[in-house]
Amino acid sequence: MSTSSRCAACRHLRRRCPSDCIFAPYFPANDPHRFACVHKIYGSSKVGNMLQDLPVELRAEAADAICIEAECRVQDPVYGCVRMISLLQQQIHNAESQLVKARAEIAVLGSHAQELRHHVQDI
Amino acid sequence: MGGNSPCASCKLLRRRCAKDCIFAPYFPPDDPHKFAIVHKVFGASNVSKMLQELPVHQRADAVSSLVYEANARVRDPVYGCVGAISFLQNQVSQLQMQLAVAEAEILCIQMQQEPMMPTPQIDPDDKSFLLQNNLPHQYLNFTSSSNNVIHDSLKRESIFGHDMVS
Repeated sequence: MSTSSRCAACRHLRRRCPSDCIFAPYFPANDPHRFACVHKIYGSSKVGNMLQDLPVELRAEAADAICIEAECRVQDPVYGCVRMISLLQQQIHNAESQLVKARAEIAVLGSHAQELRHHVQDI
Repeated sequence: MGGNSPCASCKLLRRRCAKDCIFAPYFPPDDPHKFAIVHKVFGASNVSKMLQELPVHQRADAVSSLVYEANARVRDPVYGCVGAISFLQNQVSQLQMQLAVAEAEILCIQMQQEPMMPTPQIDPDDKSFLLQNNLPHQYLNFTSSSNNVIHDSLKRESIFGHDMVS
């Protein structure tokens, strides 16, 4: 088999790329970094097993998600993508606090507006 | 050899738990599930490599985040943590929209209240009262929060190509 037709995974693993290679549809040869990250964090057999355990129609999404998580872990070896979860949870907390304050202000303004209307009517 | 029981990792891997076992501080024997799930997703040798590459004071946090990711991956074998991130991003987006609506409502109420303010003995040719309201300041606040919504959504799009949670 021509070496140029190997997927990125088989190139990385220095092996023949079979026609039914589990990695080939999701790790094209033109993006070696993608499999390199995944291999570093999960190892090829874990990733292969993860994909194998899923229905074919879900494997592309799963491969993308695994790649994102691996990339995050390579860039941040301590927290990986969990850092982003933590940041988002903080953003949610802040936004909820601001929303509560804004709604309280609306309630106050609404009651002030009502008082003013009564005052103007009395004049 | 002392009476110390092997850590959860060495129990699962069925090996002697050395004094300097890299897993022992983070995978106590009373919580076998913690290591089991990390081993299932990442593999013991990968976890060992990752921990060895980190300074000691960062390893506990690294283990916690690996356990979190592994749990997410077992719960959702397709999207794992990325599914959780997508869900939280949607929540942030919704909250920011609600906040923008609330801020707009505040602005409207304030604008509506202006004509109701009693203004005794105003000279109709004197326009100086137009400079006394705080409308420009409020408008700037509203604009900056709406810019944050746009900026945050752009940041999200640069990381994830598409919304993975329908």
